[in-house]
Amino acid sequence: MSTSTIELRAAVGTTPRTGHYHMSGLLRSEWTKLRTVRSTMWTLGMTIVLGIGLSAIATAETTSHWSTTSLASRAGFDPTNESLIGVAFVQLIVAILGVLVMSDEYGTGTIRSTLAAAPRRPKVLVAKATVFGVVALVVSEVVSFVAFFLGQALLKSPTPHTSLGSPGALRAVVGAGLYLCVLGLFSLGLATIIRHTAGAISAVVASLLVLPLVAAALPSSIGDQVRKFLPANIGNSLTSLHSGAHQFAPWTGFALLCVYAAAALLIGGILFVRRDA
Amino acid sequence: MIEATGLTKRYGDKLAVDQLSFQVRPGIVTGFLGPNGSGKSTTMRMAMGLDAPSTGRITINGRQYQDLAWPLREVGALLEAKAIHPGRSAFAHLWMLAQTNDISRTRVEEVIEIVGLTTVARRRAGKFSLGMGQRLGIAAALLGDPEVLLFDEPVNGLDPDGIRWVRNLLKGLAREGRTVFVSSHLMSEMALTAEDVIVIGKGRLIAQMSVDDLIAQSSQRFVRVRSPEIGTLRTALEREGATTVLEDDGSLSVRAITEDVIGECAAGIPVVLHELAPQSASLEEAFMELTESSVEYRGEDTASVAAKGAGA
Repeated sequence: MSTSTIELRAAVGTTPRTGHYHMSGLLRSEWTKLRTVRSTMWTLGMTIVLGIGLSAIATAETTSHWSTTSLASRAGFDPTNESLIGVAFVQLIVAILGVLVMSDEYGTGTIRSTLAAAPRRPKVLVAKATVFGVVALVVSEVVSFVAFFLGQALLKSPTPHTSLGSPGALRAVVGAGLYLCVLGLFSLGLATIIRHTAGAISAVVASLLVLPLVAAALPSSIGDQVRKFLPANIGNSLTSLHSGAHQFAPWTGFALLCVYAAAALLIGGILFVRRDA
Repeated sequence: MIEATGLTKRYGDKLAVDQLSFQVRPGIVTGFLGPNGSGKSTTMRMAMGLDAPSTGRITINGRQYQDLAWPLREVGALLEAKAIHPGRSAFAHLWMLAQTNDISRTRVEEVIEIVGLTTVARRRAGKFSLGMGQRLGIAAALLGDPEVLLFDEPVNGLDPDGIRWVRNLLKGLAREGRTVFVSSHLMSEMALTAEDVIVIGKGRLIAQMSVDDLIAQSSQRFVRVRSPEIGTLRTALEREGATTVLEDDGSLSVRAITEDVIGECAAGIPVVLHELAPQSASLEEAFMELTESSVEYRGEDTASVAAKGAGA
């Protein structure tokens, strides 16, 4: 290991130094980062297992208890929404993954290595959000479609079930996956602003779980107005066949969620550029 | 070439780096010295574009870090131990860095071999000792075969073998004509490694000079003289302008004139000399003397410059 015997100069692997470091390199790097940490793979695995598993359990339960289900509950039964119930549960997991993709860099100091390799910060954030967004979208859509088909198969007659061709079903299934992906990007944006894992996860939990409770505690005239703006409610309107009285129309709600994510990423991006790493 | 011009960093009302200007030349190892908290790491972070200067600038080959076309191929840096995800393997860490700058997988394997981590490269970096972490950081710095290298406290946490290895590595890199800029709070280490030193205290430049000049300039330099007729000699030397101190062991410590003058003076009387030995202050002493007024945190009895820890 004495340095006098080892050539320090690179013998290989240095392409001509023309151009500039570029987006495709950053995208490949972010993909390597994502797949080489166990916690990421665990989180994605849990999303798939719980997302599909909980939907399967819920639909099987409904089938087995259908004969004793009240007429009122039967009337309001939405087989599409029922089969996507797992998606509602895993939203927190996907959101946490979105947080970790950014906050882990700060928690471990990797951010300094990252920025030494690629000092243009907007590029780094775009690469990170793109890779996470694509991975989250693919996984979420897979979960959503599998959960739907498996759920419908488990909802046996006389329990009502549906198919992808029935009105609103395809929108609900595709929407469920889109919802998870955009929620994850919103979380990534929050983590870019907050920079600490615990703080960012708290913010995500607050927006998904605490704010609905606060809205419920408010007088209903105000509470209903507040609630329709909350991410979880937007998600519910996307995955249900019929929008509730105090919900945005599915795609209107989704557009609003995209605005949230874009705002979080934009504010995060501005702070990322301005602050010392 | 690294060049700082009026570099200043203010945190609130505290000046971490104050109007710092210096140049780091290629082909030699330049030590960056200062007590803990004197602004070394902050300066390095500004050089890397991690922290933005409040005023002034620091450039690498004339350009600011953000403007480098292929950052890892132009600058390699070890900023602090373990800027690494503990769950990621050494190989994966280097590979994800390599990908950003179009550096090949073969080069990743090559730097792993240079730093001697081949057998543990696939293990999670969280299990690494401090020394292995430093080696991984050094591997990352070497990845793009850069002409400019920055090392912040590279020997922290290394055993004597590791320290010698880093010392040889730094000298080897400089011999190849690269610019090597190394911070340390250990003067003695720099005495063995660096040719030039930049000394700062409280964020201000105290000195930029060669290590040899730094020692020579120190007022600690004196000549030890022994003679059977020390009294006679002492009177004669003081007439020549020397300041002398008679030590307990009977020797005379002579300051302010050189050994040449002492020798000639003795021959002129004449008296017999039993010893005529120029004594250099250690670099540590020269350093203490320089930074005495600018030590940020001082212990009860001694300056805390020897205290271990990250410089801020």
